[in-house]
Amino acid sequence: MENTLNNLPLNHKGVIKSLNNTGTIRRRLLDLGLVKGTIIVPVLVSPSKGLRAFLVRGTLIALRDEDSSNIKVSF
Amino acid sequence: MLLGHSYYKNNDFLFVDIPGTYSIMSYSEEEEIARNYICFEKPDATVIVLDATCLERNLNLVFQIMEITDNIVVCVNLLDEAKKKKIKIDLDKLSKKLGVPVVGTIARKKKTLNNLLDTILEVCEGKIKPKPKTVTYPKEIEDAILLISDKLKDYKVIPPKLLRWISLKVLDGDEKILKSIEKAFNISLIDNVNLEIVKVKALNTIKNQENLKDTIVSSIVNKAENICKDVCTYENTNYSKRDRKIDKILTSKVFGIPIMLLFLGIIFWITIVGANYPSEILFSFFKWIQEKLILFANYINCPAWLSDMLINGVYQTLTWIISVMLPPMAIFFPLFTFLEDLGYLPRIAFNVDGLFKKCSCTGKQMITMCMGFGCNSAGVTGCRIINSPREKLIAILTNNFVPCNGRFPFLISIATIFIAGSMQGFGASIVSTLSVILVILLGIFCALLVSKILSKTILKGMPSSFVLELPPYRKPQLGKILIRSIFDRTLFVLGRAISVAAPAGFVIWLFASIGINGESLLSIIANFLDPFANLLGLDGYILTAFIFGIPANEIVLPIILMCYLGGNSLVNMEDTFSIGQILIQNGWTILTAINVMIFTCLHFPCATTLLTIKKETGSLKWTIISFLLPTICGIILCMFTTFVYNIFV
Repeated sequence: MENTLNNLPLNHKGVIKSLNNTGTIRRRLLDLGLVKGTIIVPVLVSPSKGLRAFLVRGTLIALRDEDSSNIKVSF
Repeated sequence: MLLGHSYYKNNDFLFVDIPGTYSIMSYSEEEEIARNYICFEKPDATVIVLDATCLERNLNLVFQIMEITDNIVVCVNLLDEAKKKKIKIDLDKLSKKLGVPVVGTIARKKKTLNNLLDTILEVCEGKIKPKPKTVTYPKEIEDAILLISDKLKDYKVIPPKLLRWISLKVLDGDEKILKSIEKAFNISLIDNVNLEIVKVKALNTIKNQENLKDTIVSSIVNKAENICKDVCTYENTNYSKRDRKIDKILTSKVFGIPIMLLFLGIIFWITIVGANYPSEILFSFFKWIQEKLILFANYINCPAWLSDMLINGVYQTLTWIISVMLPPMAIFFPLFTFLEDLGYLPRIAFNVDGLFKKCSCTGKQMITMCMGFGCNSAGVTGCRIINSPREKLIAILTNNFVPCNGRFPFLISIATIFIAGSMQGFGASIVSTLSVILVILLGIFCALLVSKILSKTILKGMPSSFVLELPPYRKPQLGKILIRSIFDRTLFVLGRAISVAAPAGFVIWLFASIGINGESLLSIIANFLDPFANLLGLDGYILTAFIFGIPANEIVLPIILMCYLGGNSLVNMEDTFSIGQILIQNGWTILTAINVMIFTCLHFPCATTLLTIKKETGSLKWTIISFLLPTICGIILCMFTTFVYNIFV
């Protein structure tokens, strides 16, 4: 199944298919190793909503839903 | 950048600490500084310190740096942490795969650091010649690089090592990097017709031009991934389980925010309770010296006005500030640094980001506000962690809405006298802590509101994208915390406060001593401000004290007391009870107390903070706005409470 990262259920493994973010955020994401084929798992939800933390390449990074909705994943 | 010297085996090492980054390809200021230093300052060796617990992600940086320098020593630090997480790293294999020396270290074990120094020495002396195995890109990109670097060879100023890297940058058209290269070598790369022709030719051979950057990054990321698979063994694949468990609690929907408030509350409470005794000791110590100074002044027949000015003016203001400021800071900063080193601060940003997003800001602003609790000037500097210029400016302008350490003692005294009232000991300290927290929450609320208004008016914009890293939790090293918090923070802030306190003490003494028809300048100003101050539920002396407190907020209460007692020197705060008596005799009510607390939290920043804001924004306009915003908020709120109070009482 293919969907955007913000819709990936908590603790479900997803594989990054493509990044549609632009500008600086795109570079940041690439630098963090979010390239095609990378495994990514949402593990935490912010108590104030709109932000989730993902486990990727052994590190934990938080992204806003607006940004994760630009990342396509298959799961 | 920080510099450090080290003598080892008769060699003098100069270490330059360049900003810690994960990449040198992005646009942040730190990355640019790091890149330019390695590239153009020609260090003898570049030591790349990697975190053993997340090697893969750190290796990206190694491969990027390999493209700009050969003399690399890779230092894999935190081997003890890795061991705890049952991660094994084959350092020899890693060294072979990278082509550069690799040293494993545990920062608190000196022996491992000597190994590192030995290796650095050998690289500097040329005994070890690192041969970095740089990333090979897909063939079409490599061909394009060759084409361009052939052309670049015409520029003799470019070191051969950098040809490949500069070619790559020409290829992906990274203007910012190209500009810094142009500047360093005094050559033209961007508006260079000959080079442009070659570039177009080179690009034509690449099929997937649009995703050139992606391909380049992917090549590096994939190589790092493969090497990591080869050299690391994870005996326990769920090694981050403990962290996730802690995170589940600290960021939980129900407990996340209450726990955050509890942590801050505990820190404040410890600061309040713990600072009392050392403050008293300092007071009596300085008082004892003062008596001796007066005796000495009399002995050498110093003119009365001079000794009065120096001892009762300058000396007393100075020592007052040290006694009031030093103990709480020496307690608060280590506690705060402890939370910082634990890795908790990014979790705070994670917890509250939603609130800040509603105001078109970022959760990172909360981290800078937490720094502001220590010192607003430090908080303003801390705003550098925010990437979006608009959000950074908002964070700078609203930092002063949270009270700093200089204002805490005042808030606490007032809360203890008027709110905790007749309570004793433990109960009183809890009640004062709670009322101080209430004032802080009010400040945060106002900061959010003002941020929202700014985002809709003069700083229009949408909440920007951002990536927040949540690092693994770490057991903080107490020694390191003490050194960093006492020297880098406490003494630094204190030093700055002292440098403004001495002249301020002189000015205050002057205003209190000089007068017309027996009335001091200070009370003339106070009487002039009195009608306006009454509208705010304050009196003229209080307002005057706030104005004279611009150099340092700590002296507001002493100036008020000095005015009430009609002297020309600051009064020693020996016990809160007698202070309370003086205040009540001068007409203070519960309304005065509440409004003074509000105004302490919401008024113009101190001189140091204003100077820092000027430095960080580079603009007088924003400095003035940062002065007006909290002041206007404070005035409106105080007028409101006075209005409500007058209706009901």
